[in-house]
Amino acid sequence: MNDWKPSADIGMLQKRAAFLASIRTFFAAREVMEVDVPVLAQATVTDPHIESFLVYAQAPLSQYYLMTSPEFYMKRLLAAGCGPIYYLGKAFRAEDAGSRHSSEFTILEWYRPQWNLVCLMDEVSALVAAYIPGEVRSTTYRQAFLDCAGIDPYSASLAELKLLAHEKLSPAFDSEERAIWLDLLFSHLVEPNLQGKVFVEQFPAAQAALAQTFMDEYGNVVAARFELYINGVEIANGYQEELDAGVLRARFLTNSEMRKSREQAVPAIDEKFLAAMDAGMPPCAGVALGVDRLLMVASGEKNIAAVMPFIH
Amino acid sequence: MASYSTSEFKSGLKVMLDGDPCNILENENVKPGKGQAFSRTRLKNLKTGRVLEKTFKSNDTLEAADVADRDMQYLYNDGEYWHFMEPDTFDQYQADKNAVGDAALWMKEEDICMVTLYNGAPLAVTPPNHVVMEVMETDPGLRGDTATGGTKPAKLATGAVVKVPLFMNVGDIIKIDTRTGEYLGRAKE
Repeated sequence: MNDWKPSADIGMLQKRAAFLASIRTFFAAREVMEVDVPVLAQATVTDPHIESFLVYAQAPLSQYYLMTSPEFYMKRLLAAGCGPIYYLGKAFRAEDAGSRHSSEFTILEWYRPQWNLVCLMDEVSALVAAYIPGEVRSTTYRQAFLDCAGIDPYSASLAELKLLAHEKLSPAFDSEERAIWLDLLFSHLVEPNLQGKVFVEQFPAAQAALAQTFMDEYGNVVAARFELYINGVEIANGYQEELDAGVLRARFLTNSEMRKSREQAVPAIDEKFLAAMDAGMPPCAGVALGVDRLLMVASGEKNIAAVMPFIH
Repeated sequence: MASYSTSEFKSGLKVMLDGDPCNILENENVKPGKGQAFSRTRLKNLKTGRVLEKTFKSNDTLEAADVADRDMQYLYNDGEYWHFMEPDTFDQYQADKNAVGDAALWMKEEDICMVTLYNGAPLAVTPPNHVVMEVMETDPGLRGDTATGGTKPAKLATGAVVKVPLFMNVGDIIKIDTRTGEYLGRAKE
């Protein structure tokens, strides 16, 4: 019986330890404070594509979510005036495991009050350059779609999106939801072509999550959000943070409606988070980075299990 | 009938797709940064043998296929059907040409084959990975020529033709890998 053995070899774990230490050094030098927010959370995200673990205790009877991201807690700290902060630790998402996914993973998330996305992207580049040298190029969601799939994701009709999907891929489903076809095409035709280090900016407004939105030069409403891809692997996701509690509540309610229509569990909205936003969070930019994935890509590994001590 | 969600997809799972039983060969979960996750699945249609790639939305489901792999002894061929027996129950099954396919080239009476049953009837037959057979026809052996590495065709009792070393003769017993149709070596029998 060999199942007791770690999924990464010991040499890789030494490299991982040095890697985690170097991240802490990076932020210490920049005077960003580490915060270890709770992993057991009283509320969770409403995003229909993220499922949370629910944990129960018998006595005293209690129920928590395992946090899917430290975002809500960190923003409550920002509203309380903590200044620039980062979290380096575990997050949990109940999703199918894969070569790039583990339901338990290590996340690095940080917030920069008074910064815009350009400054934050520079900082992400600086962090990543220590592990993966080379220039970072920049594109937009729309341009990447045009380059890799030959279609404008905003002006293409639903029929055109479906036709392209059927030509290039073999979807075993049908849907009238435009977003699903965009996700299919982006993940299968665009992402694998994002080789080297690439920032993708200006995602569709429907994918804004907690980012601000604005109108691009073609008249499309887009999210002030970027993703960093390295060799086709999504590494980091950053936002110019939406500050308006009313806008955020409306998005959460839309999520909850979508969850209801898909017969998914509908978690309660995180009122403490919204109260903090109402009290006022300073304008800021924030980003979350998949630590295991960055180590995987930097080490030339193809499977996340090779860089994690154990995989579920 | 039971059904499987994409999170249960794994190699070897037998599912129904477009009315045909399929064997899942590989499954990879693909999730964009934000948004819908997908399962990219390679399946083999067990009726046609064709391998296809399909993309499912995560949590889509497929019905389970009533397909089971059983070890059975190959008994005989009556000209139309190949007859097999389950050694434990002595239940007999007859498989037609479609089910047996190329396996016919590698089956010797009394060998244990894997018979794939679909709704209780043979759908496919897989011969053992290695079989031992007698050379029925080949050019005369070149004595002493064991080192040049040349090969020649040899015909076996089943009609299969394999490449063998130049020194082999009619009546020699050889071992073959049925997955590749390659000669592995001389066998004693």
